Amino acid sequence: MIALLNASTLLRADGLTKSVATADHALTIVDHVSLSVARGESLAIVGASGSGKTTLLGLLAGLDRPTSGEVFWGETALSTLDEDALAAKRAQRIGFIFQSFQLLPALTAQENVALPLELAGAKDANARADQWLTTVGLGARLHHTPRQLSGGEQQRVAIARAFVTAPELVFADEPTGNLDTKTGDEVVNLMFDLNAKAGTTLVLVTHDVKLAARCARKITLSEGKVC
Amino acid sequence: MLKLAWRQFIREFAHGEARVLLIALALAVASVGSVGLFAERVRLALANQANVLLGADVMVSGDRPLPDALEAEAKKRGLATTRSIRFGSMVGNPDRADAPPILSDVKAVQPGYPLRGTIRVRDGETGERSVAGLPKVGEIWIDERLANRVGGQIGTPLQVGAAQLKIGLIFKEEPEVAGNFLTMSPKILVNDADLAATQLVQPGTRASWRLHVAGAGSEAFTTWAKTQIGAGQRLDTVRELRPEVRSTLERAEQFLAMAALLSVILAAVAVALAVRSFLRRELDAAALMRCLGASRAKVWGIFSLQAILIGTCGAVFGLLGAYLGQAGLGFAMQYVSQMPLPWPSVMPALRAVAVGFVLILGFALPPLLALANVPPLKVLRRDLSAGSAWGWLVGLIALAALVGLAIWQAGDVKVGALVLGGTAALLAVSAVVSAVVISLVSKYLSKFSPALRLGLANLKRRKLATGLQLACLSLGVMSLLLLTQVSGDLFDAWRKAIPQDAPNRFLINVLPDQVAPLTDTLKQASSKQPAFYPMIRARLVQVNGKPVSSQSFTDERAKRLVDREFNLSMSSTLMAGNTITSGQWFAAGERDGLSLEDGIAKTLNVNLGDTLTFDQTGVAVTLKITSLRKVEWDSFKVNFFALAPPGSLDAMPATFITAFRAPPAPAQADALSAALSQAAPNALMIDISEIADKVQEIVGQVAKALQFVMLFALASGLLVLYAAVATTQDERKYDTAILRVLGAARAQVRKAAAMEFIVLGLLAGGLGALGATLVGAAFAKRILDVPYVGNPSIWIYGTCGAVLGVLIAGWLGVRKTLDASPLQTIRAAS
Repeated sequence: MIALLNASTLLRADGLTKSVATADHALTIVDHVSLSVARGESLAIVGASGSGKTTLLGLLAGLDRPTSGEVFWGETALSTLDEDALAAKRAQRIGFIFQSFQLLPALTAQENVALPLELAGAKDANARADQWLTTVGLGARLHHTPRQLSGGEQQRVAIARAFVTAPELVFADEPTGNLDTKTGDEVVNLMFDLNAKAGTTLVLVTHDVKLAARCARKITLSEGKVC
Repeated sequence: MLKLAWRQFIREFAHGEARVLLIALALAVASVGSVGLFAERVRLALANQANVLLGADVMVSGDRPLPDALEAEAKKRGLATTRSIRFGSMVGNPDRADAPPILSDVKAVQPGYPLRGTIRVRDGETGERSVAGLPKVGEIWIDERLANRVGGQIGTPLQVGAAQLKIGLIFKEEPEVAGNFLTMSPKILVNDADLAATQLVQPGTRASWRLHVAGAGSEAFTTWAKTQIGAGQRLDTVRELRPEVRSTLERAEQFLAMAALLSVILAAVAVALAVRSFLRRELDAAALMRCLGASRAKVWGIFSLQAILIGTCGAVFGLLGAYLGQAGLGFAMQYVSQMPLPWPSVMPALRAVAVGFVLILGFALPPLLALANVPPLKVLRRDLSAGSAWGWLVGLIALAALVGLAIWQAGDVKVGALVLGGTAALLAVSAVVSAVVISLVSKYLSKFSPALRLGLANLKRRKLATGLQLACLSLGVMSLLLLTQVSGDLFDAWRKAIPQDAPNRFLINVLPDQVAPLTDTLKQASSKQPAFYPMIRARLVQVNGKPVSSQSFTDERAKRLVDREFNLSMSSTLMAGNTITSGQWFAAGERDGLSLEDGIAKTLNVNLGDTLTFDQTGVAVTLKITSLRKVEWDSFKVNFFALAPPGSLDAMPATFITAFRAPPAPAQADALSAALSQAAPNALMIDISEIADKVQEIVGQVAKALQFVMLFALASGLLVLYAAVATTQDERKYDTAILRVLGAARAQVRKAAAMEFIVLGLLAGGLGALGATLVGAAFAKRILDVPYVGNPSIWIYGTCGAVLGVLIAGWLGVRKTLDASPLQTIRAAS
């Protein structure tokens, strides 16, 4: 299936395949996946463990290179960009939320949120970080390090970091995977609220049916293929 | 970028990740710096001690008054100077008709003399004390020998040339021993202001005008002055004058160099391990930055700046530590040995900072390159690693830089090459042993008890880390054993090589028919058969058939050798303390061979097969170099630079020389001197007891210095031990948590960890002891040239110490994990 490109398509994958060599044969993790995501849309990628969800997310986010096929962010084919150009595009357009939060343990909540802005050379990084931390309800915990925060609070910091650069596209990998149900619900509500307010496009990987149902659309992966 | 790096550094420091690295680096700089600074202070102090033999650091002498430019330059360089004039003159007691005037060695001295050492007088029955100042105008200071022979006491007037001077002091010894080696005459000191009144120094008088120079920087002055001295002038330092002192000082310096070098190696290992642990933890941060859009250059820049910041802080703290460390060592040393330690130059401190930066940049660069190349996907897949082909190249460059620095620190290429070669060999053997042990473990794992199985499985699972740990631990153990045990054994071997009953008198100028009566006299006094060697004085006139003069050589020593007469001898057997380094000793019946001391062969730029022609008043003999010898000068036995086969120099008249040890009691020694003098009135007796005592003193002081240096190196060694065990701490914590989740009791986990540490400690201890034994043996053979029997106790110390050290360091790391909840540990790790 070849997805059609139109003006509202923000993310498109054509025949995306990722294989890795094992001792005796090549293992295909993602097998000819094609999809497109419209601007402002939310897409859930679901599937059982080992179905290739996270690998597909890595390919769509430009964190990994496909064995064959192509990923487009808007008009740009990722295969035409080298590693640094790709990193620069990520800085401008992409936000990430991870299952394991991926906060730098030595930095405070404010510094963690300000990090992507600082890497891009923004002058008002701290002020914008403060603003986003207040938005996610952590205005009073600006100077706490991850160790001093609960799991839910750490994920809120990660959400603030994902949105602070005003990205067009946010990728989330099992955002509630490390949280209890109640905290997970709170974090999901927050993420969808912000997504709606900012008009961001959201692609999330989950095995949580309830979470997938909150997305406008879902695709299911099985053995690397969309089914 | 700087802001990001700075913040990262501050936070990491507060957080503890950078702390270990910073401590390792500061300790490295402190250890290298303090050992370097202390070693230099000891080296300078030993040189000063040796320079007492000359009364100065350097002495320029001439057969005419010396130009003022030399003294002016020395003063410009901030050096202390004084002048003296030395000549021979008859000195007698005008009131004693029965005591004829004695030919004496007169020295007219100016304020400041002596620049090194002091004039010593007897104080009571056995004691002695130093005397400051110099003879007043109208006064004469004489040695005890002259006082005895002319019947002089304090106040007695003595006739010196046209002047009568009153005895102001009777001294036992004055510092300048090395310079007047060949005189038997009693020594006299007069004030330079009285010289004119004696009318002894007139145009044409045979006298020696001398300039004495001393102070920090005299070595540079010596180098400069060597280019300035003209005909009839010479420049002496004690090293050049006395081969036995030179040899002792060189060996002492080599000991200190070995200690300093080991401190560099220990520091390098500690820093390399700490850098590895530190930057491995930074991989996640780098991957996140890459994921958030940072370019490779930016990631590299941030972490490089962080490394430089750590390096700078480490250097500052390290320098502070180095200063305090060397001050402490110096204070303790002065307290124990009463040897004043001069202040060192800034060079060792600069070297320590350079070592620090090479360590941090050299060892941090390869992992830094890997950091820049970390795949951003690592944020999703933690198991991904970052590798860089360039890392190896940079690692090699860093290693080369370290080798250079180590040799620079050692200040001795031979010592540097030996210790570094031993280190490289030990690393290679460690890698092989670790691979063999792991393969054996894999094969026979099922045969061990459960705890041992679990422990050994840990070693097997972390193959690379085990190899690295084993290599570093072995290196740490080797260095510690070398410093604490082997150097002591080597030192004893060296000390034993200088016999306590070494000869302290030489008897020269003995005529052939006097050999028999003198042999009898000496045999009666010491019940030992003295060995007399022929001594032929001849001038070197040709090399390979080409005439040579002092102009033919650029080397100062070579010029001097050619300008004066060589002492040649003949022997059918190789003398004790001589070792052939190349070529063959004379075959029976060989007549034209020549055996040269290797140092002099180098000076003259001649080798095996070259011919040298010697001339003695028109009689020329050409000899072909058939062997080169290494000579143990500090044995104080009779030794010659050039030896020929018996009969080869019979055409040239010879006198004989022997060495013996005088009885310790002064009365017996005097009686023996009198008997010898009667048997051979023309013979000259040279007393080298002061030089021999000085050499023994230096050896004793080096022993004390080494003990202090070892204490300091011990701290670095323990840090290496800790850092090596800490490299696998994270994995170990995680494994422990998993084991506990799976139901392992704490005792079981504890036993498994203990088994792992014991095996690691045993292997590292054994390898370290092996390395220490081999490096020690090589050091004894190649550097010190003394016999060395390996000390079996180092195997016990090595293995027990390593097992204990690894157990303690490992236990400190695992303890917390055993107490923490397994879930907490797993969460923290993931």
